[in-house]
Amino acid sequence: MTRIEQVSRRGFLESLFSAGALVIGASTEALAAPDADRAAWTPSVYLGLESDGAVIVVAHRSEMGTGIRSVLPMLLADELGADWSKVQVQQAIGDEKYGSQNTDGSCSIRDFYDAVREAGATARTMLEGAAAARWGARAADCKAAGHVVTHTPTGRKLGFGELVAAAKQQPVPAKGSLKFRPESEYRYIGKDTPTIDRDGLCMGKGTFGMDAKVPGMVYASIERSPVYGGTVRSHDDAGTLKVRGVQRTAVIPRFKEPQVFQQLGGVAVIADNTWSALQGRKKLKVDWDPGPNAGFGSDAYKLQLFDAVRKPGKVVRNVGDVDAAFAKSAQVIEALYYVPMLAHAPMEPPAAVAEFKDGKVTAWAATQNPQAVQDAVSSALGIAKKDVVCHVTLLGGGFGRKSKPDYVVEAALLSKQVGKPVKVVWSREDDVRFDYFHAVAAMSMKAGLGADGRPTAWLHRSAFPTIGSTFDSSATHGQEFEMGMGWVDLPYDIPNHRAENGAAKNHVRIGWMRAVANIYHAFAIHSFVDELAVAAKRDQVSYILDLIGASRNVVPKVEGMNYWNNTQPLDKFPIDTGRLRRVVEVAAEKSGWANRKSGGGRGWGIAAHRSFLSYVAAVVEVEVDNKGRVTIPNMHIVADAGKIMSPDRVHAQFEGAGVFGTSIAMLGEITAANGRIQQSNFHDYQVARIHQVPKQTHVHVIPSTERPAGVGEPGVPPIAPAICNAIFAATGKRYRELPLKKQGLS
Amino acid sequence: MIRLTVNGASREFDGEPDMPLLWYLRDILDMTGTKYGCGLGQCGACTVHVNGTAMRSCLTTMKAAAGKRVTTIEGLSPDGNHPVQKAWKECNVPQCGYCQSGQIMQAASLLKQKPKPSDSDIDTAMQGNICRCGTYQRIRKAIKLAAGVEG
Repeated sequence: MTRIEQVSRRGFLESLFSAGALVIGASTEALAAPDADRAAWTPSVYLGLESDGAVIVVAHRSEMGTGIRSVLPMLLADELGADWSKVQVQQAIGDEKYGSQNTDGSCSIRDFYDAVREAGATARTMLEGAAAARWGARAADCKAAGHVVTHTPTGRKLGFGELVAAAKQQPVPAKGSLKFRPESEYRYIGKDTPTIDRDGLCMGKGTFGMDAKVPGMVYASIERSPVYGGTVRSHDDAGTLKVRGVQRTAVIPRFKEPQVFQQLGGVAVIADNTWSALQGRKKLKVDWDPGPNAGFGSDAYKLQLFDAVRKPGKVVRNVGDVDAAFAKSAQVIEALYYVPMLAHAPMEPPAAVAEFKDGKVTAWAATQNPQAVQDAVSSALGIAKKDVVCHVTLLGGGFGRKSKPDYVVEAALLSKQVGKPVKVVWSREDDVRFDYFHAVAAMSMKAGLGADGRPTAWLHRSAFPTIGSTFDSSATHGQEFEMGMGWVDLPYDIPNHRAENGAAKNHVRIGWMRAVANIYHAFAIHSFVDELAVAAKRDQVSYILDLIGASRNVVPKVEGMNYWNNTQPLDKFPIDTGRLRRVVEVAAEKSGWANRKSGGGRGWGIAAHRSFLSYVAAVVEVEVDNKGRVTIPNMHIVADAGKIMSPDRVHAQFEGAGVFGTSIAMLGEITAANGRIQQSNFHDYQVARIHQVPKQTHVHVIPSTERPAGVGEPGVPPIAPAICNAIFAATGKRYRELPLKKQGLS
Repeated sequence: MIRLTVNGASREFDGEPDMPLLWYLRDILDMTGTKYGCGLGQCGACTVHVNGTAMRSCLTTMKAAAGKRVTTIEGLSPDGNHPVQKAWKECNVPQCGYCQSGQIMQAASLLKQKPKPSDSDIDTAMQGNICRCGTYQRIRKAIKLAAGVEG
């Protein structure tokens, strides 16, 4: 639900638009907002038309490489009939009037597709109405396109700029009366229009958080507890202060439970430049009280997780009678799977500048969520949310890390202490050691097969430290959103089906990373399906289609929880098995699955997964030599993400997901010993390089008129299982633990 | 006093001689096109040309840069129309863009040494440059486009 209104130029809008501008705001209804309460309608998209013809669109979502801050404004421009060369995109500061700005969860197009078009259509209707009044013509004969309104019977034209003053006097059309432009008239959407940032990025232009600089700014590098939750007993900065360029040190207090997005705490070195701060930090001596997590070790923790999934857990889905069906099965297959802890490792480590002045904070941050910056900084400094202004820079990758603004809190706390603007720079070592880690997970899978090889019973137990522990220190079980990520909503047609969640305590900060809990659920499920197909002596594609069953909308029967469905109602975004079938069928067709020749070191694998309301199948072809070296000549990714806006950027996201998934399958692992993270940089926390990725990634996007769904994340989950299934086909060896680098493959 | 040229301009530096060129460019000269990614020569985000060859500026100290000609992404071409930059645009390579300065500088250096690189040459030259967004396929395509070799 959205509402459009002509808005007054208030607050920061005054700095964007001149007094004569026509400014249109589109509001999205907050999820739980009472319908009648106008105060609950918060503007989320602004469009300004200036009398010189300039069109200014406020991009309220963060740009971390998806192209979102170009594509939403393009959609608006198309609906309006604007000339893209006359559109200026302004990045919004954090402000709740936009609705959610949390650029996370693959939902920017999905959530703002309607609002953006309504804003464009409203302004267009008012411009056309103003032109009709000027000419004494029928509005229906006046058409906006190419930045002018044309009187179609006579060919007379008036530019947008000439019409602004009169358009402002037009009544705001009722939402129900809005007529949307047919997509056939779009000039930018559906085409491969370059993003506004592309050319600058090829010239080293564009300001990332790491690049922000304000006058009088000092640089900070922070020594944090090597064990999560530790505190400073004492510190000796004598050597630090002798380092050229170091100004002082400053102690940052440890967070108070729960962690949420607070600072970790530690000792900061404040210096004239980044290098001096880093050098000064090397001379710093800190005596830490490591706290209760000093005993955390990944080897023992892995055994605990496996123990947790070997016994019954909290039942979160229960259909039919699994135990009775196992007893009657012709064949019972069981397997354990493991996916390690992972770090986001965006190429730009976390970085932010903050200035505390006159009781207010101004921040410049590479953040996916500027409103969370406002919340976290205001809470840490005891000031009002409105007194935190967060400017959003470009993000050098995000992947979920940068929706947690602890690093901005650090900058704000330090600025208050030192009385100057402070830039906090996380080193790569800081980034790898102090992440909000993607959860390690153990999964136990058990299926009973009937005489036809088809499962009659399915039991999936999963244990992982929950993201909920970041928000409630006592949490030991999965959140609804974690369990709803490709697990309790698995849409297979199996009569007896149970899911159980085992307990797991966190010992580090746990956070969401691109595709989140889908990563480990998909790895276990789609690896296991491949194992079942092999046991049943069936072709994987036909077996998967058999498991999915007939085309229908599935409503998951969950226990003791609500099914999440990415916050969206099932009637708007059903679990449509027909669409899941289709991506499997198209992947088989596009990859030449029927003619594949597996064996002798060459193999093909497939996996198909619904996540973020999109449907994705991956077919991977591998070659494994006698030294265990894996190459991927071809990867086929077939996606049904509903209606798409920018084919080129959508392809890019799936190409990137193929690489991200390859990193997860082959290389990535974070471990701890004595509470300390054992990796520190790209030499020991490896991510895929150009020679390690698929030689060719073929992305096929299913043409669709369905509602726009997720694009950034849903490509990731099927990749790792498809790779492992291909390796099994090539070598006959089943890998149930990631990363494969640790299993003798490279 | 350390003297060097950066993008054709003479510069003098009297700070810490062990300071990496990376931080001199970024913090002292405010030339932020060159990026920090790892500080260990592991990721290539900081790649610049020193006397015409790709080097990791995070591992190149100011004293090592003394008397050298340094070219950064800002100085690769006056208008962003170096053949590698043109190819990068043509292929819509960047996603977040953070690593792309380093990728472009590395690719430009490769093409200077091997105007018609093979896939294997590209693997060898570019494997020190990480792109976490995963733009590698387009990087390869763009290098071939710039080189005028068959994709």
